[in-house]
Amino acid sequence: MAKTLFEKIWDAHVVDEQDGRSLLYIDRHLVHEVTSPQAFDGLRMNKRKVRRPDLTFATMDHNVPTTNRSLPIVDQTSAMQIQALERSCKEFGIQLFDINSPDQGIVHVIGPELGITLPGATIVCGDSHTSTQGAFGALAFGIGTSDVEHVLATQCIWMEKPKTFEIKIEGKRKNPHAVTAKDIILSIIKEIGTGGGVGCVFEYKGEVVSELSLEQRMTICNMSIEGGARAGLVAPDEKTFEYLRGRRYIPKNYDEYVEYWKENLKTDSGAKFDKSFTIHTDEILPQVSWGTNPAMTADVTGRVPFAQEYAKGNLEEEKAANRALQYMGLKPGTLITDITIDRVFIGSCTNSRLEDLIEASKVVKGKRISPKVQAMIVPGSQNVKRQAEEIGLDKIFKDAGFEWRESGCSMCLGMNPDILATDERCASTSNRNFEGRQGVGGRTHLVSPVMAAAASIYGHFVDVREMDLN
Amino acid sequence: MEPFRTVRSVATPLDKINVDTDQIVPKQFLKLIQKTGFGKHLFFDWRFEKDGKPRRDFVLNDPQYRNSRILLTGDNFGCGSSREHAVWALQDYGFGVIISTSFADIFYSNCLKNGVLPIKVRQQTLQKLFETKSEIEVDLENQLIKLEDTKIPFEIESHWKKILLQGLDDIEITLKHEDKISKYEGSQANTKFQIS
Repeated sequence: MAKTLFEKIWDAHVVDEQDGRSLLYIDRHLVHEVTSPQAFDGLRMNKRKVRRPDLTFATMDHNVPTTNRSLPIVDQTSAMQIQALERSCKEFGIQLFDINSPDQGIVHVIGPELGITLPGATIVCGDSHTSTQGAFGALAFGIGTSDVEHVLATQCIWMEKPKTFEIKIEGKRKNPHAVTAKDIILSIIKEIGTGGGVGCVFEYKGEVVSELSLEQRMTICNMSIEGGARAGLVAPDEKTFEYLRGRRYIPKNYDEYVEYWKENLKTDSGAKFDKSFTIHTDEILPQVSWGTNPAMTADVTGRVPFAQEYAKGNLEEEKAANRALQYMGLKPGTLITDITIDRVFIGSCTNSRLEDLIEASKVVKGKRISPKVQAMIVPGSQNVKRQAEEIGLDKIFKDAGFEWRESGCSMCLGMNPDILATDERCASTSNRNFEGRQGVGGRTHLVSPVMAAAASIYGHFVDVREMDLN
Repeated sequence: MEPFRTVRSVATPLDKINVDTDQIVPKQFLKLIQKTGFGKHLFFDWRFEKDGKPRRDFVLNDPQYRNSRILLTGDNFGCGSSREHAVWALQDYGFGVIISTSFADIFYSNCLKNGVLPIKVRQQTLQKLFETKSEIEVDLENQLIKLEDTKIPFEIESHWKKILLQGLDDIEITLKHEDKISKYEGSQANTKFQIS
C-alpha cells in the first residue's frame, strides 16, 4: 500500500499497540533546563534510571543570559534551574552542552548542527518548536514534562496516530531574498489559522520546498506548531545529506545510510493525505503580524484590518481581533509601513542561523539603525556566533548600532533579562506574538530577518523588496 | 496519580478562542523546579492588575465561580508552548475538567497525564453550557455531562478513561512492556539510529 513519509517513519517505530494507542520508540531525546527538572525529580522519587543516556542530549538555552558569560547569573531562580540540569545530567550520565560549552545554543539549532538530528529518526524535546527538526525528514515533536519523564525512563512514548496533512508550496518567488521562508509560513498560517493543523502532522511538498535551503526549511517546519500541527516534515534530499555530512554525531558509515534514506524516506506516489492545502508563492509578499496570534498577519503593503473584516463573519474571531487591536495599540486602517518600532530582535529557533544573519547583514551593511531603535542580534548557537564572526558579520551589525549577544532563546520568550517594557513595540524574527510573550504589555510584530533589519534602519516597517539585497 | 472522581460544580465561562499557554501561565513563573504551587499564577496577567489587585472584569475573580472545578472555553485551548506548567496551574487552582470545542495536541495530552479531564464537545453543546447557570456534573464512568434537564454524552479514548478512573502511572504501564522495548532495540528497525 502506498504510504506517506510520516506513515513510514511512524510504522518503523511502533514497539507495541494497545487500546488504540501506539508505543513509539524515540531515537533522540533533547533536554533543556525549563521543562526537565520535575521529570528528573520523578525519576528520583521512583528510583528509576534513564534508559538510554546515550540517545539523550541536553543544553541550557531558555533562561541563560546573552550578556558576558564570565559573569555570574544574577537571576537566582534561573541559576537554580541551570544548576539543577547540571546536577541531573551528571547523576544520570547525560551529555550536556552547558553554558560554557563551545556547542551551547538553542536546542533546535544545535541538534542539526551537531548531526544529532537525522532523517527518518523520531526526535522529542520538552519544547513545542521541536518541529523545527522535521526539516531533515525526522519525525520531531514537542512533549510535556510528564512525557519527558516517560521518555527518560522508557525511551518510548504513547501516542494516538496523528492525521496527515500535505502542504504544497508551489510557484515562483519573484524576489527570494525579500520574500523568505518566514513569509511563506506566516502566509500559510494566515490561511489555515492557528488551529488548522490540530491533530495532524504536516508534510511540506512542492517545487519551492526543493529550492529552499535546509535553514529555510527549518524556519518553515519550526512554525508548524503555530498552525496547530505537532510536527512538520520535509522529505530529505541531496541538500539534506550534504548538510549533515561530516557533522559530529552522524553514523560512521554515513553513505550507507544515505542510500537507505534515498530509497525509503519519501511519500509514495498515490499515497493519500487526510487533508491538503496549496499555497502559491507568486502572490506572497513580505509579512508583518499585527495581532496577538501568528494568523493575525498582513502584507507589508497592506493595512491593519478592521476586526470585522478580519473575522469574516465569525463573532469569536471578531472579539479576539478587537482585543488584539487594543492590546497592540493599533488603529484599524493604519498602513503597516506607518507602524513605528522601539526594538528589534533578530534571533530564536525560527531565525537565528547563519543564513538568517547573512541575509540581515546585507540590509544593514554600511548603514546606521534609527536613533529611536534598540536592536540586538542573538545567534542561535555558539557555533553560529563563531562562524558569523569569522566572516565579519559581528562587525557589520555592531557598526550599524546593533548589540551582538551570546546564544540562547533570549527575547523570543523573555525568560532571561532580555524583555520588552510595557507598550514597547518590537520587530521580532521569533515565532509567537502572544500577549506578554516578550514581556508584560510588550507588543510583538513577527517578521523575517530582512524585514526586521530594514525596520531597524528606518524606525518603522518598510517593504524590504525596495532595498538592494544582492 | 489520584483516580478521577465525578466532578460537580458551576462552570467558569472563559469566553475566548485560541487561549495560549503563555496566558494560562506566563513565563516568569516557569523557573520553579517543582510541580506544585502554580495555581496562584494561573492567568496571571489577565487576573491581576499591575499592583497585584484582582481585575474585576476577569471571570475567575467573579465570586460566583470561586469554587468552580469546571472551565468552559473556546476553540483551540492550550495552543502554543508545550509547558506542562499550564496544566499544573489549572489543576492547582482547582480545575479538574476543561470543556471546549478543541484543544491543542500537546496540551490535551498534558492534561490527561495529570488527571485533568479535557472534554471535546460540539459548538452547539458548548453554547448551551455557556448559558447554563446552575451546577453541572461530569461523570467519566458513564461519559456524561449532566445538566438539570438533560444529559450530554462525550467521547474519550478508552485507554485514557481507564488510566484516569484508576489513577494509573503511565510509566509503570510501559515498563510492563520492557521486553518489547528491548526486543525493538535489538532489531534491525532501530540499529541505524544508534550513536556510533
